[in-house]
Amino acid sequence: MNAAVAFVHEQLTAGKQHPNFKAGDNVTVNYKIVEGGKERIQGFRGDVIKRQGQGATASFTVRKISDGVGVERTFPVNSPNVESIELNKVGKVSRAKLFYLRERSGKSARIKEKRMK
Amino acid sequence: MKGIIGKKIGMTSIFSPDGKQQSCTIIEAGPCVVTQVKTQEVDGYTALQLAFGEKKEKNTTSAEKNHFAKANTSPKKFVKEFRNYSLEKNIGETVTAEIFAEGEKVDVVGTTKGKGFQGVVKRHGFSGVGDATHGQHDRQRAPGSLGNSSDASRVMKGMRMAGRMGAERVKVKGLKVLKIFPEKNYILVSGSVPGHNGSIVYIQK
Repeated sequence: MNAAVAFVHEQLTAGKQHPNFKAGDNVTVNYKIVEGGKERIQGFRGDVIKRQGQGATASFTVRKISDGVGVERTFPVNSPNVESIELNKVGKVSRAKLFYLRERSGKSARIKEKRMK
Repeated sequence: MKGIIGKKIGMTSIFSPDGKQQSCTIIEAGPCVVTQVKTQEVDGYTALQLAFGEKKEKNTTSAEKNHFAKANTSPKKFVKEFRNYSLEKNIGETVTAEIFAEGEKVDVVGTTKGKGFQGVVKRHGFSGVGDATHGQHDRQRAPGSLGNSSDASRVMKGMRMAGRMGAERVKVKGLKVLKIFPEKNYILVSGSVPGHNGSIVYIQK
């Protein structure tokens, strides 16, 4: 990235600190939603299937199975609406993008957890 | 009117407090040096001449050297006149990005990317033939008829045809100043501005 663009990104992303996570990790994203003029925080728990972009424009996609239906949501990492990100499990995967999970269900759609030493 | 010379750095996006993501362009604006003040009495019109960007001494003619020496500054690469400048500035003073405020609407002038020789579909938005079959052969992006038959016996003036596209001066109006970094002279304006990264743009209001 151009040094000048990197400087601007650094300025824009200063503030909130999120844990380091990658594709394959299980996270809970707590994000703000406005409902009838009132603001509340909702959690979205699932597996990260991709991280995309860099700096201030970076985003990530979380996939979960809700009532047997696959649901995916993409969040900008630096959005003020993303209140916090909790890292629940660190997954052991050998790909950066886990789109293959979309064709799988049940046992084969699981991600192995990485053993922490 | 007030204005400044800048360099397009690149694009990124910025979030508003309510979470809306807005694309923006980073422009390195100034610092510019006032190299000449034109007045009604002497020149017949009022204007401010600004200069921006360093230039090597060996690439500067002696006429230019003297011109910049009058403003007590090193030779500059880009010089541009802004008519009826609203801010009171004297020769040798600097104009920085801080002449603009966040939230202000500005116009940005730049030179668009050159596209070379292009056909009518890209250059003028013609729709092409539309059919790949029904007797069409190798003419999907052709312009079609150029006009009438015997009644004119010529092609009308201004008929849109293929040709050189881009590399022209374009002014984008009403862009919002989203953020200013005075220590680095960066201005973030909403949306896109003409030209490639590193090209010279004028921000004016």
